[in-house]
Amino acid sequence: MTWNDVVFLLPEIIISIGASLLLLAPVVGWRQRETSAKWSMLILLGITALTVIGCSYWVQEIPQSRSLAGMFALDGFAIFFKLIFITAIAMITLLSDDFLRESRYSVWEYYSLLGFALCGMMFMVSGMSLISIYIGLELMSLSSYILAGFFKNEEKSTEAAMKYFVLGAVSSGILLYGISLIYGVCGSLNLLDIGRALSTIITNDALMFGVMLLGAGLCFKMAAVPFHVWTPDVYEGAPTPITAFLSTASKAAAFSIFARIFYLALHDFQLDWSNVLATISALSMVLGNLAAITQDNVKRMLAYSSIAHAGYALLGIISLNSLGLRGVLIYSLVYVFANLGIWATVLMLRRHEYGGERVDDFEGLSRRAPFWAFAMVIFLLSLGGIPPTAGFIGKYFLFAAAIQAGFGWLAILAVLMSAVSMFYYLRLVVAMYLREGREADVAITRPLQIVAATCLIITLLLGIYPTPLINQATESSRWIGARAAIIPHAGR
Amino acid sequence: MNAAFLVFFVVGTIAVASSILVVAMRNPVHSALFLLLTFLCVAILFVVKDAEFVAAVQVLVYAGGIMVLFLFVVMLINVRHLPDDRTLSRFWKGGVGVGLAIFLLLATVVRTGTYHDQNPNKKLLRSTASHRVRKVTNPDGSVTRKRVVRHRTVGNSEAVGMALYQDYLVPFEVASLFLLVAMIGAIVIGKRELSAPEEETSPDFILKRMETEKDVKEAMSA
Repeated sequence: MTWNDVVFLLPEIIISIGASLLLLAPVVGWRQRETSAKWSMLILLGITALTVIGCSYWVQEIPQSRSLAGMFALDGFAIFFKLIFITAIAMITLLSDDFLRESRYSVWEYYSLLGFALCGMMFMVSGMSLISIYIGLELMSLSSYILAGFFKNEEKSTEAAMKYFVLGAVSSGILLYGISLIYGVCGSLNLLDIGRALSTIITNDALMFGVMLLGAGLCFKMAAVPFHVWTPDVYEGAPTPITAFLSTASKAAAFSIFARIFYLALHDFQLDWSNVLATISALSMVLGNLAAITQDNVKRMLAYSSIAHAGYALLGIISLNSLGLRGVLIYSLVYVFANLGIWATVLMLRRHEYGGERVDDFEGLSRRAPFWAFAMVIFLLSLGGIPPTAGFIGKYFLFAAAIQAGFGWLAILAVLMSAVSMFYYLRLVVAMYLREGREADVAITRPLQIVAATCLIITLLLGIYPTPLINQATESSRWIGARAAIIPHAGR
Repeated sequence: MNAAFLVFFVVGTIAVASSILVVAMRNPVHSALFLLLTFLCVAILFVVKDAEFVAAVQVLVYAGGIMVLFLFVVMLINVRHLPDDRTLSRFWKGGVGVGLAIFLLLATVVRTGTYHDQNPNKKLLRSTASHRVRKVTNPDGSVTRKRVVRHRTVGNSEAVGMALYQDYLVPFEVASLFLLVAMIGAIVIGKRELSAPEEETSPDFILKRMETEKDVKEAMSA
């Protein structure tokens, strides 16, 4: 390790040390201080975010020293996603605040685990080697298994954690097996080396199988059909802020590594996997959206909608062009913030254990909290991809990328399915505006307001004036785009 | 048929048979012992493939550490026999089907695949370059220092160590974070809930807890 390496890994080092320090707080007698836990976490995240920004000016994209050789890249893509993750975790910290205060569980461990999950995500998004991606992914997954079962006295939470853990462990095994086959064929774990090796190999059954297993493992992590069965149960059972974490940051992390692996390592192999992934994408969109229609539980509905969104994000990976790569970046950001806004609104309705979880709970929200009901409408429109919101920009890029790559049928299906998705999103709007609500109070606390308002501003602003976001995405995707040899605006 | 193949055939058969017995045994202690046998057989297979270090780790970590933990758990919760009602039996056909399909796929696809380096040069694989500085007297009488690079064939474990602590140092460190998280998780899930001290000492609470513990015990040993 040289000094340059330390600077290179500084954000990860800071967050892991910070997360470990959070564990020590109860030892010095701060066990009951929930507020200081929240503030420590936010300060830690702030420092990490500043370091990420600082590092981006400081270091070269791939470090040359031996201990890091080819393991990590601090390219624009990684920095873009790291900042999304840090912001999302900060918002989840705010969402968790009241939720944890009502329970009797220890807050410090909770925030510490969130910190470790963030550390894993940051490692994996800059991973340039399958081994560093895998180990980061596992660090994130293990933390989320524990967080999903954090409310261990609630049967649903424990059940969710158990299901998530068992299925997650199996999928990690599948992923590792795929990685080992790819390593066997290519002789390297480095994404660029794999890409180079693959350009000389014509066809190879073992490699096909390895890529298949790798794809299956990654599809599990991003909850795409047919590897989605865990999603509704886990999202329903997990504590709501953790559901928010799983459906936003964790999912965006899966998108990011999916894109990185397929763009950097497997681009010469595209003909073989793109049709398989196109089928998975189509199935996810159809099944996710159709299943969401029948749900009465908001958490389950959003779980199915998140399956559908995994299908949309796959469009950007299948198309393998610069529009698609930018689409993945833009869509991840847009999706994360629209979703976090929705979860903030759901948490506002929490009056008792499972409040805000059924569609009925939203009835009459427009009179009880007109502004937040309006915000909720904007978030839902953004998820549906309706023009004045940021969701439209994300979907526009993904669909355009699919058409450019010759997957016109998939783009048409995606548009149709977006229309279907508006049906169940509007069900919530109808409940909020047209139904008589029960006279129950809402718990609109300051942290929830901050999260919802920030998400609202991001969603509206980027919807009306998307140029900075598009420019940033173009800038951030340049490094990967150059290595994946994507010629901009060239059809296949 | 050479000796290595014979060993592979015999030990491999034992490994497969004992791993089937791990899931087939009704007594958890027997399952655990068969698991131990599987681990040892796999260790022998590693030796056959010239991977002594992995074999040693297999014996130390799996056969040593992990098995002891398994036996600890089995004996702590005192499960003598699994319940006789076969609740999972309706899935077994599907399970066997999927297993067979994957096996066939692996046998046809993975075996015939082209791999990066089919005949790895063992010497090269196990050599590390070391250099030292030697003083050389030049013809004109002056003394200069010269770097002499020596390729040295090293043992298996040394090569693994080199790779682990030089090339893969950072992922190795992250793996330690991973273990830390696993430990936090075990503690978070395992410890009693955070409750007010006065509540924990109240008779109602203690009675309730004893009842739950009794239920758990009964369910486990049923």
